[in-house]
Amino acid sequence: MPIQESLQVVVKKLQDKFGDSILSTQEFRDEVTVRFKPEVWVEAHRFLKEDEDCAFNMMIDETAADYPLRTERFDVITHLLSLGKAHRIRIKTQTAEHIPTLYSVWKTANWLERETYDLFGIIFDGHPDLRRILLTEDWEGFPLRKDYPIEGYDI
Amino acid sequence: MSQTPTNEHTETFRQSSERRMRLNMGPQHPSTHGVLQIVLDLEGEVVMRCDPVPGYLHRGTEKLAEERYYNQIVPLTDRLDYVSAFNNNVAFVLPVEKLLGIEIPERAMWIRVILMELQRIASHLIWYGTSLMDLGAITAFLYAMREREKILDIFEMACGARLTYSYCRVGGLMSDVPAGFEEKVEEFVKAFPTAWKEYTTLVSKNPIFMDRTKGVGVITAEDAIDMGLTGPSLRGSGVDWDLRKKEPYYGYDKIDFAVPVGTKGDCYDRYLCRMEEMMQSNRIVEQALKFLKPGPVKVDDPKIVLPPKELAMSQAEAMQRHFYQVIHGFNVPVGETYGKIEGSKGEIGFYIISDGSSHPYRMKIRAPSFVNLQSLPLMTEGRMVADVITCIGTIDIVLGEVDR
Repeated sequence: MPIQESLQVVVKKLQDKFGDSILSTQEFRDEVTVRFKPEVWVEAHRFLKEDEDCAFNMMIDETAADYPLRTERFDVITHLLSLGKAHRIRIKTQTAEHIPTLYSVWKTANWLERETYDLFGIIFDGHPDLRRILLTEDWEGFPLRKDYPIEGYDI
Repeated sequence: MSQTPTNEHTETFRQSSERRMRLNMGPQHPSTHGVLQIVLDLEGEVVMRCDPVPGYLHRGTEKLAEERYYNQIVPLTDRLDYVSAFNNNVAFVLPVEKLLGIEIPERAMWIRVILMELQRIASHLIWYGTSLMDLGAITAFLYAMREREKILDIFEMACGARLTYSYCRVGGLMSDVPAGFEEKVEEFVKAFPTAWKEYTTLVSKNPIFMDRTKGVGVITAEDAIDMGLTGPSLRGSGVDWDLRKKEPYYGYDKIDFAVPVGTKGDCYDRYLCRMEEMMQSNRIVEQALKFLKPGPVKVDDPKIVLPPKELAMSQAEAMQRHFYQVIHGFNVPVGETYGKIEGSKGEIGFYIISDGSSHPYRMKIRAPSFVNLQSLPLMTEGRMVADVITCIGTIDIVLGEVDR
């Protein structure tokens, strides 16, 4: 099944605007994933929010995934939704540890980034209040990293 | 937790002239709906700063899921939002089915719709009872439990459990509903409007209740979108957004129902939205019953679905399949997908990355309660302590889902 027409416009616009900063564009099961270089992370999100054809006014989710064999081991992933156009997109980038915060674009990034920091140890540069949120403050290690054992460590 | 007042802090407070007090509300406070701690900085009775501290119920569901077969994750999802466990079940199996590229049979789909909507009513009834009890209206709680009991009876009839169902399987349902299920649901659907009238006459125009909720915890449409609110919390602010209408799944486009939307975005509007939603869910169940035709409730794919017990006990091949399924699970194609439904608290989504093995490489739960709770400081700062309780009530959080 082809993807929504409005999304095709979005993908095209992104390619025109960011060109070489886009590492890949994927379509799978009617969902679009665009992978950016980390340098344009905030800029790309701001564009997606403010451009009237994209109009992704809500950030649904921000999270990460760990691939320990890579040098830039983390994928940072956001899910965006446009309430007006009813389309969604997934944005990705990779990083070794640092990534700029999206708090200046969406307020909801506050807790979502705190959670990602808490469980993965990714540091969001410029975040106003980067503390642990689900685990206690003296917790050691970052549980969702693949090298963290599922049964945990003895305390 | 560093938020707990230290000796140093109490000392600074004693010496300071502004008389600002730090108050820990929870984690054992009865009106925080579970184990939520809220650190409040007060000047007199006015909240100057509000800092929710979730995490007391964190069980690492996302980490556990990485080591379990897909069907073994279903029971874990029950324990997220435990007052609407069935919605979580469906939200989880949806992306897995999408990854596998299977369509569930018509009958399974409509049973899911019926149970999801009944679950929504049950969840809203819990919200109705508990949030009003926080405001001092104890009678409402007793009324709400009466109707919820009937819904739990229906669930017990369908799957044997009353709270944590695990009734969904990837590719359909555990088993078909027993005979007499439809009649029982019909009976409930007919009786519910009368009970609903009792709820509204009891509370909706009550002057004390209106004083406590009108103009309290206002959140504008722009703020609500910026904070990522979904569900009744978003609609209470006047944003017409319901996944069942805007991105229909499971034949919701064949059903006629309305989406209640508020205007002011205060606690009272959110209350009205949820109340009306119960009636609309009732309408959906009524119509969905008409679509329910006999048929299979699992996909016809021996790789995904366990063989029937009689076959497993009588045929060698079916028995091998049974063993293989139980020991190894089933492989899911490489890829990633995000599945979402309109849960009772908002958009509940599961983002699954599969590496082609029999368990997810990464599973992220997009929990509506977690995101919605983030708006609490925005609602309460600059207002009275008592309003904090009203606001927690109308955000409708369940800590199992906030902490995961």
